[in-house]
Amino acid sequence: MNIADLIKISWRALLRNKTRALLTMLGIIIGIGSVIGMVSIGQSSSQSINDQISEMGTNLIMVMRKAERSGGVNIGSDSVQTMRASDADAILAGSKNVIMASPMVASAGQIVYGSQNWPGSIQGGNSSYLAINKRNISSGANFTENDVKQAAKVCLIGTTVRDNIFPNGENPLGKIIRFGKIPMKIIGVLESKGQNQMGQDQDDIVIAPYTTVQKRMLAVNYVHMIFASAASEDVAYAAVSDIENILRKEHRIKAGKDNDFEVRTQQQILEIMGSITGILTLLLTAVAAISLLVGGIGIMNIMYVTVTERTREIGLRMAVGGKNSDILMQFLAESTILSLAGGIIGIFLGVGLAFGASYALNWPFIVSLGSVAISFLVCALIGIFFGWYPARKAANLDPINALRYE
Amino acid sequence: MNDEIIKVTDLRRVFKVGSENVHALKGVSFEIKRGEFVSIMGTSGSGKSTLLNILGCLDTPTGGEYKIDGISVGERSKDDLAVIRNRKIGFVFQSYNLLARTTALENVELPLLYNSSVPVGERRDRAVAALKQVGLADRMFHTPNQLSGGQQQRVAIARALVNDPVIILADEATGNLDTRTSYEIMSLFQELNNAGKTIAFVTHEPDIAAFTKRKIMLRDGHIIRDEKAESLSARAALEALPPSDDY
Repeated sequence: MNIADLIKISWRALLRNKTRALLTMLGIIIGIGSVIGMVSIGQSSSQSINDQISEMGTNLIMVMRKAERSGGVNIGSDSVQTMRASDADAILAGSKNVIMASPMVASAGQIVYGSQNWPGSIQGGNSSYLAINKRNISSGANFTENDVKQAAKVCLIGTTVRDNIFPNGENPLGKIIRFGKIPMKIIGVLESKGQNQMGQDQDDIVIAPYTTVQKRMLAVNYVHMIFASAASEDVAYAAVSDIENILRKEHRIKAGKDNDFEVRTQQQILEIMGSITGILTLLLTAVAAISLLVGGIGIMNIMYVTVTERTREIGLRMAVGGKNSDILMQFLAESTILSLAGGIIGIFLGVGLAFGASYALNWPFIVSLGSVAISFLVCALIGIFFGWYPARKAANLDPINALRYE
Repeated sequence: MNDEIIKVTDLRRVFKVGSENVHALKGVSFEIKRGEFVSIMGTSGSGKSTLLNILGCLDTPTGGEYKIDGISVGERSKDDLAVIRNRKIGFVFQSYNLLARTTALENVELPLLYNSSVPVGERRDRAVAALKQVGLADRMFHTPNQLSGGQQQRVAIARALVNDPVIILADEATGNLDTRTSYEIMSLFQELNNAGKTIAFVTHEPDIAAFTKRKIMLRDGHIIRDEKAESLSARAALEALPPSDDY
């Protein structure tokens, strides 16, 4: 019996029980579908994170206040007030690896203009804050160092804020809005940037001189963060150690004491995000793999039923000259075709799933050929592995008994 | 080619049932020559099924010798036996044993699938020829459930013929058929025999055995009678039947 005959016979046998074949394949379909889907979605999400972060620039460095412990209790970083705007100047002056630095102070409040209002958040920076964060202005102009010195009541708004405060499409430039209690003049509108990797809308933002936020709104003398920009990606790590040294000196931290700040680069954030999505993908894939196993057991079960049902056919095939190996191959081919057909449907399902997800979440659509190839191989192996015992049972039947089996 | 199609000498078969040994065949010897039409008769328990299984190479004897077409079957592997069954023997069973939902033509082609000496392209022609030989040229694409019992048995006979075996072994081939159809099938067997086919026919019905040329009677594992006789014509018997009263 040649391969073509084998495939033909097995295919016919499966077609005789279409519903059963389909139900048997379902386990494999779902298993392969979810493996392909999960792997693709995982890859898409990490790709999208990578894209966004490299868009932000891998030379971005963030200096955050370090969470404090009091008597063993982590009380967060809110009470840390050691970070000053002067730290940013010191960093810029002290490190040749840093080309820009800006303090950052954030607050939240209600934005009001006429009868419209919108809950907004405000970030204060110096005049290089936009450049460090790779934000552009679509109309109007950035505030100047002079505005920063005077704590001028000027601001830049994101497109989400504009659309909510000026729903009728008026030109926002020159308009005076109120942020909390402070009236501010809009001097520019930011280019839209969409969501960041955390799903936050980066256009739902108001940016003002940090002095304005610090003094007029919060009435504090510290800042929340410092943003800095390394001269290039290559010197990012050198810049980090420069910053640490400078800030330790500025904050008068004695040797042997811990920093009261933390320096992070985009690179590190990228790695953290990557490991989170990696673990998630791994977990989901493991669950999917279990469903594949269940699918394989389903195939084994049905193949046993099939062998019992077709005992007389097996006896006849043996009587007319089928060797044990012919019978074995026939049933192995059947289970393998069953599993492969399920796998192919599953691959389409998974690719569809990944496409749907990437479309809905606006992620890049990635299907790795490797995962498709591996799925295919796994299906073939499942078919052979789980088909083996039933096929063996068929091949070892005694033709005399099989022929007369009722 | 050998004129002695089947030669059994002192054939014995012992089954172990629990701790007991059951002797199903206790030294059976006979031979069947080319062109014979033999019936093997006996009541149940006489050993005729055991003999048929051995003749059909589905089982091996525990003693004595069996040669088919000059080939000794004694200590052959399962695979060798499968090849012998494929090339030398055509089986016809009581319950037809056709593959369900498979056309007559494909059922007849089945033994050819396991015969590597027949080219793929030749299978169809040989199956068609075999179906014509049993008078089913117009039923080739019917599946078993679209065929009457007699027609199904004809398909089974065509399947037995398709590999051009040296002997056809029929096991109660008329057991599931009414008298008229039985006679039709026996008439077909007689035609095939006249055309030169060697046939061994296992039955317990004397009136069916009457259509064969030689009767071997088994009882308790021994041959108690082996006689040649003039066979009746199944065609004549068919014509002598009262006109169909089925409908």
